[in-house]
Amino acid sequence: MAKNSNNNRRKFMATTLQSVGLTAIGGLLWSGYSDEAKASPLVLRPPGALNETDFQKACIKCGLCAEACENRDSNKNKDGSKRPGTLKMAKGGDHMLIGTPYFVPTDVPCYMCDDIPCVPVCPSGALDISSVSDDKGELDINKARMGLAVVHKESCVAFWGLQCDACYRACPLLDEAITLEYQKNERTGKHAFLLPVVHSDVCTGCGLCEKACITEKPAIFVLPIEHSTGRAGSHYVKGWDEADQQRVGEAKEIHTKNERSEKAPADYLNSGGLDFE
Amino acid sequence: MNNIKYLLLRRATQITLLFLYFCANAYGWHMLEGTFGASKLFGVIPLSDPYTTLQVLLSGFILGADVLLGALIITIFYMVVGGRAFCSWVCPINMVTDLAAWLRRKLRLDKEITNYRFVKRRARYWIMALGLIVSAVVGVAAFEMVSPITIMQRGIIFGFGAGISIVVAIFLFDLFGVKNGWCGHLCPLGATYSLIGQKSLIRVEHDHEACTGCMECKVVCPENQVLYMINKESIHVTDGECTNCGRCIDVCNDDALKFSIRSFVKKETSQSE
Repeated sequence: MAKNSNNNRRKFMATTLQSVGLTAIGGLLWSGYSDEAKASPLVLRPPGALNETDFQKACIKCGLCAEACENRDSNKNKDGSKRPGTLKMAKGGDHMLIGTPYFVPTDVPCYMCDDIPCVPVCPSGALDISSVSDDKGELDINKARMGLAVVHKESCVAFWGLQCDACYRACPLLDEAITLEYQKNERTGKHAFLLPVVHSDVCTGCGLCEKACITEKPAIFVLPIEHSTGRAGSHYVKGWDEADQQRVGEAKEIHTKNERSEKAPADYLNSGGLDFE
Repeated sequence: MNNIKYLLLRRATQITLLFLYFCANAYGWHMLEGTFGASKLFGVIPLSDPYTTLQVLLSGFILGADVLLGALIITIFYMVVGGRAFCSWVCPINMVTDLAAWLRRKLRLDKEITNYRFVKRRARYWIMALGLIVSAVVGVAAFEMVSPITIMQRGIIFGFGAGISIVVAIFLFDLFGVKNGWCGHLCPLGATYSLIGQKSLIRVEHDHEACTGCMECKVVCPENQVLYMINKESIHVTDGECTNCGRCIDVCNDDALKFSIRSFVKKETSQSE
């Protein structure tokens, strides 16, 4: 009897150990796969999306935002035919975190609906309604930061001296998010360049400019803000900017003082030069 | 007709739900919107998947109240009423694995010798726990990245893409690999519902007096370990792994099985007599 229960215990221990070991293998493979599969940096999210890391955690993949986007009466082409909604749900083969919403401006850009149907329906908080609301708590799509447009000036024909303001005209924040900068065309001597300049404090990343761009592959395109912006670092302080200067706070000036040399200047030079003692 | 009553009812339920989900996207219906991860019933009542919710919470994000309330509603429903009914009455993968199991019987792959039973039924509980651990480590809901359930559901609503391959893989695994392999051995969502629904009210009841011991029920049952009482005792099938699919009731020719409300006091009264 005692021997039997001993055997049972051994068997139990062995199978438990085996299960733990196999689970560990599964865990390593699963973690490795998940970590790789969630790496999809160049993806544009719906308005109000949290930063990509938090968004990937928070999105419960319900698709309510995409369904709200799909079922807009305004989803019509100019000829009245129906066009698909902006937001798509990532499928297998899209090489993005599967089941999460995204959009591709060259297919369908974000038309920036005033009532932002996609954000309030989000049940999980992955789309943050407060980030697209003004001080009074009313929805304001102009606060969305889905991405930031960048201009590749070598392929933009306006930089060649040709007249094109397609992106400027397409921008829903006309003359705010994209302005035209005038420059003299030295090549012809009598024409002007009308150069598109994107302002990152206004641009929502809707992608209408990218959709409108006339070049074969758009010369203006939207990238996630993390990928289209730089960062100077917190050690730079704009001394001329009062608010920025505040960051320095109570810091005191640092005085350094070197003792004056006892030697006469002639002795110093004659003693063999620059000896720093 | 009588021997496919519950089968037809289940297919009707599954297809109706998928149809409503599909129409929410295609035509803007507000009957049942979203996906299993999180849904809205009649545009008001939130519903969400308790296992997904747990994964997201463990990945380090405090979810919105709608999802938490939805998970609570679903948990209470299956805990009190349905048991593991999600698996056989709602989940679209059930249609795939049922087809595989049916083909397996037709192709005579049903015998032990053709069953590559290299995983145990309890593996699903390890996978369930593992899914939670990986979610916490990687910082993203881990099972949702591979779940054939939501991949298939989203495929039906939004288009499949390459996601169809995992559904095909599950079908082949169940047909040529392990019998009832996915739903009965691996699926962590099934494991979750097995745990949630352990004490639920609706149960299959066995009548030992009427049973002739033909064992047809055990042949069709995807979790036939729960039918240990067949031809032995007149009791309810109380194991949480029973999916309440009712196939056993359908195939029984002796009226020895039926759905009934489980009684928690029955045993005590019989002891006191």
